[in-house]
Amino acid sequence: MFTQTADQDLLEATTEQYLEATYPPTRIRELARQDSTFDPVLWKRGAELGWTSLLVPEGSGGGSVSGNGLADLLAVAFQFGRHAAPGPLIGTNVVAAALGRWGSKERHGGPLAELFDGAATAAWGYSPRTGPRAGAAVRAGRSGDGFLLDGVVPCVESGAPNGYLLVAASGSDTTADGDDARSHYLVPLDAPGVRTSPLGGIDLTRRHAAVTLQEVAVAANAQVGEPGSADDHDELLLDLTAVLQAGEIVGAMERAFAMTLRWVNDRYSFGRPLGSYQEIKHRMADLRTQLEASAAVTEKAARRVGEGTPDAHSWASAAKAHVGRVGPEVIQDCVQLHGGIGITFEHDLHLYLRRATVDAQLFGTPATFTDRLVGLTETALAATAQDGGK
Amino acid sequence: MSETMIDVDEFAARARAWLAENMPPANPDRDTFFLYAATHPTDEEVLARAATCRELQRRLFDGGFAGICVPTRYGGQGLTPAHQAAFNREIKGYDYPAEIQASTFIPCMAVLLEFGTEEQKQRHIPRMLRGEEIWVQLLSEPGGGSDAAGAVTTATRDGDRWILNGSKVWTTSGWWGDWALCLARTNWDVAKHQGLTVFSLPMSAPGLAISQIELVNGSKDFCQEFLTDVVVPDADRIGDVDAGWNVMGRWLYHERTISGGSPYVTGGGNRPNDGPYEPAAMIAAARRLGTIDDSRTRALLGEAQTSSLVLRALVESVTRKMAGGVLPHHAAAMTRLFGGTSNARRAAIATELYGGAGVVWAPGEETAAQVGLGYLTRQAACIGGGTTEMARNVIAERLLGLPREQRADTGAFRDVPRGPQATGGQ
Ligand SMILES: Cc1cc2nc3c(=O)[nH]c(=O)nc-3n(C[C@H](O)[C@H](O)[C@H](O)COP(=O)(O)OP(=O)(O)OC[C@H]3O[C@@H](n4cnc5c(N)ncnc54)[C@H](O)[C@@H]3O)c2cc1C
Repeated sequence: MFTQTADQDLLEATTEQYLEATYPPTRIRELARQDSTFDPVLWKRGAELGWTSLLVPEGSGGGSVSGNGLADLLAVAFQFGRHAAPGPLIGTNVVAAALGRWGSKERHGGPLAELFDGAATAAWGYSPRTGPRAGAAVRAGRSGDGFLLDGVVPCVESGAPNGYLLVAASGSDTTADGDDARSHYLVPLDAPGVRTSPLGGIDLTRRHAAVTLQEVAVAANAQVGEPGSADDHDELLLDLTAVLQAGEIVGAMERAFAMTLRWVNDRYSFGRPLGSYQEIKHRMADLRTQLEASAAVTEKAARRVGEGTPDAHSWASAAKAHVGRVGPEVIQDCVQLHGGIGITFEHDLHLYLRRATVDAQLFGTPATFTDRLVGLTETALAATAQDGGK
Repeated sequence: MSETMIDVDEFAARARAWLAENMPPANPDRDTFFLYAATHPTDEEVLARAATCRELQRRLFDGGFAGICVPTRYGGQGLTPAHQAAFNREIKGYDYPAEIQASTFIPCMAVLLEFGTEEQKQRHIPRMLRGEEIWVQLLSEPGGGSDAAGAVTTATRDGDRWILNGSKVWTTSGWWGDWALCLARTNWDVAKHQGLTVFSLPMSAPGLAISQIELVNGSKDFCQEFLTDVVVPDADRIGDVDAGWNVMGRWLYHERTISGGSPYVTGGGNRPNDGPYEPAAMIAAARRLGTIDDSRTRALLGEAQTSSLVLRALVESVTRKMAGGVLPHHAAAMTRLFGGTSNARRAAIATELYGGAGVVWAPGEETAAQVGLGYLTRQAACIGGGTTEMARNVIAERLLGLPREQRADTGAFRDVPRGPQATGGQ
């Protein structure tokens, strides 16, 4: 679906083979009935394929296969979407990226190594600071050399029991203007005072939980990045998450579309294949075009965010805004073209609809990213106007 | 060859310096030409702009920047699409001969390059590159444009010349173009696609009568032509007799590349920018109208900008995949479809954004008028260059391999049912 280097193709192919073998739809249906879908052995094998180290620079123990780790990881996310596969792929990579970029070897080398080799997973407890969707309210207080964290993170993806949570907390740092500023902290989920309570949801293989932190004591080295840098850093983590979610959605779309193309050829109505009716052909042409466009904007966003260009935030926003809105709609249209069978549990289509819908709504809705894009453009216009005035 | 070729960065640097010396800056207020005009220009204004286009094209030629991907023996530069792309980046902000990119360079020059004889190429392509010949397309007919192969304009052989009779319609710039590619029927007794031939002819040919058609926005750039015993020498035939449909396949392909990806197009094609639909223009409008902080307005602004970014990514990606052989050339129909529907949607968004100001305006409110009138001609984005329905047919049948439509047009063309508008012929 994407234009890739030979090494990226290889990464994608090995990932595809592995997921195809480990998570066929029958296995996904079995997992649907289990409280935990995380399999430490399988996750470790995935980590060996390279799933968890691509967003981290070589100097910090990671490495990309093409020079653009996000573009590499996009291929993996695409296959996760195509298989509706379990495993906290996005959270683990996003937290690893944060540790690789802003952490230090001495402070965070241990957890990072665990993430790389698959011994632990991680979740990013994101919630915007302001606006109607502002959610997580975690406060940090100083306590001796370390910090005490208190608060609630309403929704994180569950992974390994010995995972990490990266969360922004206010209270212990201030900006230059004296305002309260948030900093990032890395919290082991098995630390005393951390309570997770499982949440329901529509994805069959992904589990989510609310996390309550009650006087959780962390050492000074739990802080990630410069004090007060969390809001800035969250913007990059948001880009990474948005691109990877879009990648999964494109994978889900691709699978649903391929199933539907087969179906309209095989299914007969009034003595002709469904796919011989122009109405159906035109719908398929629209779906194919939406798939191509979604893949294109996601790939472009991955390249830009991976390269760190100034317009990266805009491309990531456009990708999530577009793919998040169009992806689930495309799959719904695939359901429509299947008729009644399309809304049965027995049929596989819903596996992909679930994944696409969850990705579209978590970590910022398409509407949120649409607004983010406008805000970014306003800021850029104001900046050029100022430059011109000088 | 590649050892002596100038590298792209060096070429871009040369272009940058040359442009600064030689080309005038773009006038941001002049998106008022032809189809997009709000206050429709007089014929004199159109001709004056056409003269400017010719002159700018001549400057590009003299500077060594015309026909960047055209072989040097036809007056081009013999460079690569990467050089053209670099030049297109550099020329942003300058005026350039936008209005003649289509049809002169695509599809007409592109078709000549692929199907013209050596003499034809030597004769016309340097003149096109110097701005001396503006070309138009005589393809659609009153009887139908989607079914281009159903043409009934007829060419009858007479020794080493052909006699053309019939009518063509919707010819963009027909009344001020110099030359044309024309599709005509040369055999009525074989199947529809097997009896067509492509010709080139001057728009000043005796027997060729041209009348301008007024569009809903006041533009009069479209024309209908009536051909009465127009004589075309056999030397001006493009491709083999009765093999016109082979030519058409590439003609239509090149026409579709107007949404991006053609190596023969300078700048941003026929429209240097998105005019009132540019994100900056829309945000400025919302500021003026006092709606910028309204969340519904912001949703519309963001949707419009998202769709133009997605279109850009799609064009780049499909172009790359076609060049690499990952997708067949029929994939261009996806950019055509997405481009058409996304442009139509942006016109609707702009109309809602402007609200009352886009349908009733004070004198001089050019942008508001462009939005209102642009909405009226909005479907042109889904009709011109082949309709979006045709694009869907191509995607479904050629890309996805779904069954072809049931045909009612097999057998000798003479016997194929025709509607009342497709008169003439024999
Ligand atoms: C901006 C613009 C510039 C143009 N420039 C030129 C030019 O320079 N030269 C030139 O020759 N022409 C030009 N055209 C004409 C254009 O190519 C035709 O208008 C177009 O191909 C459609 O043909 P038509 O108008 O005859 O509509 P028709 O072919 O009659 O179609 C009418 C409607 O029926 C639909 N339709 C037709 N057949 C089918 C089918 N098999 N299945 C499903 N739906 C179908 C069409 O999509 C359309 O919606 C231009 C048009 C525009 C808008």
